[in-house]
Amino acid sequence: MTSYVPIADQSHVMHDPHTFITKYVWSQDHKVIAIQYGGTAIFVGLIALVLSAMMRLQLGYPDTFSFIDPANYIQFVTMHGMIMVIYLLTALFLGGFGNYLIPLQLGARDMVFPYLNMLSYWFYLLSVLILLASFFVTGGPTGAGWTLYPPQAILRGTPGTDGPGIILMLVSLLVFIMAFTMGGLNYVTTVLQARTHGMTLMRMPLSVWGIFVATILALFAFPALFVSALMMLLDKLLGTSFFMPALASLGQVSEHTGGSPILFQHLFWFFGHPEVYIVALPAFGLVSDVLSTHARKNIFGYRMMVWAIVAIGGLSFIVWAHHMYVSGMNPYFGFFFAFTTLIIAIPTAIKVYNWVLTLWHGNIRMTVPMLFAMGFIFTFIHGGLTGIFLGNVTVDLPLSDTYFVVAHFHMVMGVSPVMVLFAAIYHWYPKITGKMFNVTLGKIHFWATFLGTYAIYLPMHYLGFLGVPRRYFALGSTDFIPDSAMALNANITQAAIFVGVMQLLFIYNIISSLRNGAPAGGNPWESVSLEWQTPDTPPRHGNWGDKLPVVYRWAYEYGVPGVKDDFVPQNVPPEEVVMEPGAGKYVDRSEGHYS
Amino acid sequence: MNPFRLLTEKPWLSTPQTVGGMTVEVSQASLVPPQKVALRVFLGVVGVLFGLFFTAYFIRMGLADWRPMPEPQQLWFNTLLLFLGSITLQWTSHVVRRGETGLVKIGLLLGAIFTFGFVFGQVSVWQQMTAEGYYLSSNPANSFFYVLTGLHALHILGGLWVWTRASVRVMAGAKPEVVRLSVGLCATYWHFLLLVWLAVFALISYT
Ligand code: HEM
Ligand SMILES: [Cu+2]
Repeated sequence: MTSYVPIADQSHVMHDPHTFITKYVWSQDHKVIAIQYGGTAIFVGLIALVLSAMMRLQLGYPDTFSFIDPANYIQFVTMHGMIMVIYLLTALFLGGFGNYLIPLQLGARDMVFPYLNMLSYWFYLLSVLILLASFFVTGGPTGAGWTLYPPQAILRGTPGTDGPGIILMLVSLLVFIMAFTMGGLNYVTTVLQARTHGMTLMRMPLSVWGIFVATILALFAFPALFVSALMMLLDKLLGTSFFMPALASLGQVSEHTGGSPILFQHLFWFFGHPEVYIVALPAFGLVSDVLSTHARKNIFGYRMMVWAIVAIGGLSFIVWAHHMYVSGMNPYFGFFFAFTTLIIAIPTAIKVYNWVLTLWHGNIRMTVPMLFAMGFIFTFIHGGLTGIFLGNVTVDLPLSDTYFVVAHFHMVMGVSPVMVLFAAIYHWYPKITGKMFNVTLGKIHFWATFLGTYAIYLPMHYLGFLGVPRRYFALGSTDFIPDSAMALNANITQAAIFVGVMQLLFIYNIISSLRNGAPAGGNPWESVSLEWQTPDTPPRHGNWGDKLPVVYRWAYEYGVPGVKDDFVPQNVPPEEVVMEPGAGKYVDRSEGHYS
Repeated sequence: MNPFRLLTEKPWLSTPQTVGGMTVEVSQASLVPPQKVALRVFLGVVGVLFGLFFTAYFIRMGLADWRPMPEPQQLWFNTLLLFLGSITLQWTSHVVRRGETGLVKIGLLLGAIFTFGFVFGQVSVWQQMTAEGYYLSSNPANSFFYVLTGLHALHILGGLWVWTRASVRVMAGAKPEVVRLSVGLCATYWHFLLLVWLAVFALISYT
């Protein structure tokens, strides 16, 4: 096996682009593409946030806002859910952080296929534009719910079926999947082939591991969405009956014959469940690096963490039907999926223990990224526990389609990944921009978001126990929903508006710090991984100057006894490590200490 | 690469090697061209895509309104064309390695003729079918037939794009080694699409 790494050291990226257009618009530089992905994703995320505020206004104060009618409400629900899951989280973790971190953390000059990478972003932008166009067409966007279940998704009566709303949604998804596939091939190949000298797979930072495995999941899960979206499009446009059963709708017998809506559900969730981990695994990886850096301690059980990521990735393909317990499936089938769902809790729990043990006896620095990372541990444990409830068939049946489910998935795949996103953005902001953000604003942003989201979602569990159904425009008067629940709804809305407004602090902070922030220096957090060791900050085109870095150890050499700086970057040769007087020779703790 | 070996790897125990005067441990990033790795992953993705369609096909087949569909005899002929296309490209990737420019040109040309023949053959099958009144939405077996053959043809056309770039270069006088990689990739892709086609064909015949 040769160890020479010409693929990481591609010479063509050494030609600096000169014009503004090639530098910032049609750029093939992974860092610029990352920022384009990130900016677009945050922009649509804000739209989804505004939609959630509208829904909350309606739920908290029914009969007050004349501009929200039942059709609008379900359209908001649908667009909010879809944007948050696909166009914000997937795009920001993989397109944004994947693009930024993979080459930098592996010591490469760029992705292996820069042109394809650029194409990936423009396809993503196209998919976003198609999606947003549906707000402006007759009939508005689709109101099918983010799960797009047929037959109602394409039957008259559902918003977005008289106009092109549902068609735009499906086409946008197809384009998004193509965009992702281009990017994904790049990420996987880069990780496998463009690592620098000494960067073995088992020395990669967990961020890269998380993004890498999530990309593989996405590459193999998105085809299921592609297949279902394509067949649904044909059912709608050309009258096929893949999913559409024979039925009479609004007094008319439809042209469809005996298709199977359940088939759609299987295909959708064969994508849908891995999608949860497509979002979660990068979050796991990024948060591990943030926790370890700011606790000044190596990540606990590095190899166990890698195995857990791989195991979770594999298992995530055989649990999908836990979303379909109420679809009338064979009880043995349900038993099987409950079983696999509970199995997946084991590697997940291992990860949580390891994060906590990383903090244990650490020399914790309460920086803004650290606050968000610790917030993540809370919200993730919380959402994970309610997941164990819902994973069991008998518990899920009464809770299905109630606010308990809404609370669960927001904790586990809404709030938790968003916590990590904030942690990661604050953590890497100094490297990306060269400036330090405003710490006070960051801390206010953290506490408002962390406490605020609890104020939103904790009461929702209780509403779920009462039986309040999800996706309802208004509850009307029923015996099982007491007035106190109505009051609670108003409080939730106040908290939601508060949290939403506080996000402006974040936007303000990252924009104004570009100009006013103090210069951050190359390695403000005293990190060991490669991206902090670049010759320039922000890294220039080609990342490493004339010579690629050489890696001597893992990415977690913090708090090393006897070493002067308490950390040893990955690319410092053992003989150059500066020791405290009288501390003796530096011993690479990698040797045996972290098996 | 054995995934299990990778996950149990202990880089801190391996013996360091000398690279350009520096002592470092191996990174194991191999020198296989990245295009090859990317193609393999992509074939995996396409394989899953068609695999899911096949699963959907089987499930849909079990439902009450499924009616079998006639199998046009011409599909056998089309299969033969694609098979020849695949063989020709394999042969071309062989002569590219020997550096025989003239043969490479012939190989690329023949490969394209067979492949276009296949695509036109498919189109003419669609025309026959519609002429006989078997439209996309006439019955579920037909729907699958059109979707599967259509998607498959699209993938072939995508491959022809790489083929075109390689051919343009060769015709413009480039040395064979310049296109060695692309021709090799085309050959792999064609074999894969031939396999997919055989699976699709088997499925269609099995209504
Ligand atoms: C402050 C932030 C947020 C608020 C206030 C909020 C609020 C809501 C509300 C009110 C609903 C509709 C409930 C119903 O009527 O059934 C909803 C649905 C949903 N939300 Fe959020 N949300 C927020 C953030 C997020 C995030 C970050 C995600 C990312 C995963 C997310 C994903 C979803 C999904 C998937 C649905 C289901 C849509 C459907 O039923 O089709 N939300 N959210
Ligand atoms: Cu799931």
